[in-house]
Amino acid sequence: METILGIRGEDFAIVAAETTQARSIVVMKEDENKIHKINNSLVFATMGESGDTVQFTEFISKNIALYKMRNNYELSPKEAAHFTRKNLADYLRSRTPYQVNMMIAGYDEQTQKSALYFIDYLANSVEVKYSGQGYGAMFCQSIFDREYKNGLNQNEAYTILEHCVKEIQKRLVINQKNFKVAIVNKDGFKWMPDINAKNICN
Amino acid sequence: MARRYDSRTTIFSPEGRLYQVEYAMEAISRAGAALGIRTDDGIVIAAECHTTSPLLDNDIFQDKIYKINDHLCVAVAGITSDANVLVNEMRLIAQRYQYNYGAPIPVEQLVSHLCDIKQAYTQYGGKRPFGVSILYMGYDRRHGFQLYQSDPSGNYSGWNGTCIGKSFGVAMSMLKTELANRYDNAENPLTTEEGKKIAIKVLAKSMEGINAEKVEMAVTTLGSNGRPIIKMVQKEEIAQLITKHNEEEEEKKASTSGSN
Repeated sequence: METILGIRGEDFAIVAAETTQARSIVVMKEDENKIHKINNSLVFATMGESGDTVQFTEFISKNIALYKMRNNYELSPKEAAHFTRKNLADYLRSRTPYQVNMMIAGYDEQTQKSALYFIDYLANSVEVKYSGQGYGAMFCQSIFDREYKNGLNQNEAYTILEHCVKEIQKRLVINQKNFKVAIVNKDGFKWMPDINAKNICN
Repeated sequence: MARRYDSRTTIFSPEGRLYQVEYAMEAISRAGAALGIRTDDGIVIAAECHTTSPLLDNDIFQDKIYKINDHLCVAVAGITSDANVLVNEMRLIAQRYQYNYGAPIPVEQLVSHLCDIKQAYTQYGGKRPFGVSILYMGYDRRHGFQLYQSDPSGNYSGWNGTCIGKSFGVAMSMLKTELANRYDNAENPLTTEEGKKIAIKVLAKSMEGINAEKVEMAVTTLGSNGRPIIKMVQKEEIAQLITKHNEEEEEKKASTSGSN
């Protein structure tokens, strides 16, 4: 019932996540943040079993912080994604698997390149230019395919996400009113304006 | 008196010393030397091996220099059987990191991790310390080429040029003069080719009668794909380096005696 999206350019990566928290047939709240800042150049958008998403993201986030404390440098996005996938895969084969899907967006300050990873609860990890998870993402892949072009800038990427949200709100039977958006690039982590019916003019 | 503090590693002597650790270091200062030189485009390590019975099959076994992974290589000095245990441990540490993070282990992390193990053996009961000093040469994406050294106490440090094992003091002072003003020197960059020559020169001084059979050497350089390449230097090349060194020494001798 949830949707997360991600898109990256050469030197930035953006994730978007809708903000409804629903249980059974009831919407509990409509301002739940599903985007987690891990550090200044790494951000997770998560969906799945609601307790699991927070618990697992926190576990990974604190371990990445511990790595920084021990070594005085950050994990690269590639290493962080590998570490996350490895942990998810180990838990999957334990008695207490986490049911978490996520999009990981990162910016590698050393190589000055961005990275976007698709990881699902079965611990598939794929490096992608754009993708999403959840029912909403089913309507978005074709929009990405049509509108994405190599070397696009941040505004163009944001516009594609706007088109995705518009399509979701038009065609998806589930009500997803608001999307939070966050970006990582050479200047670090930044929130971008929410995407909702009010903000999309036409 | 000292005897009372000799037999167990975990006890300080009244002067605040750990005898077993010191004895371990003493054992190493009798072992075949190993030296390392960091150059502008790579690292050279060279070592002297003692085992020179003509009956020994040298094709099968190398006893001083070990490859840990594609980015890391070590030279050891001390008790070979202890070294084997540590080399095995290092290979495990390196692969465990690769498994967890999908990237090669940064050099200092491997050194620090292994030294934690070495340190533990100076503290916990019923164990003796590892009688091994190690030179580590490696490459990682953050700090480039690095050369480290560690001793049985678990101390480690990074170097431009260093030496462990027999008559390391002589070798160290020689390295100091050879490498003086050679870093960040754009007009006269230090290459690995030159590093090899310096290594032979220093080994020749600290060994009794140098020959190719007694020397092992390995070089790390950067490949065109940005990945490091670790190469064992072949015996033929070592022999050539030694011959060349001997010729240069002869020339020097001749010219100095000529001027007198």
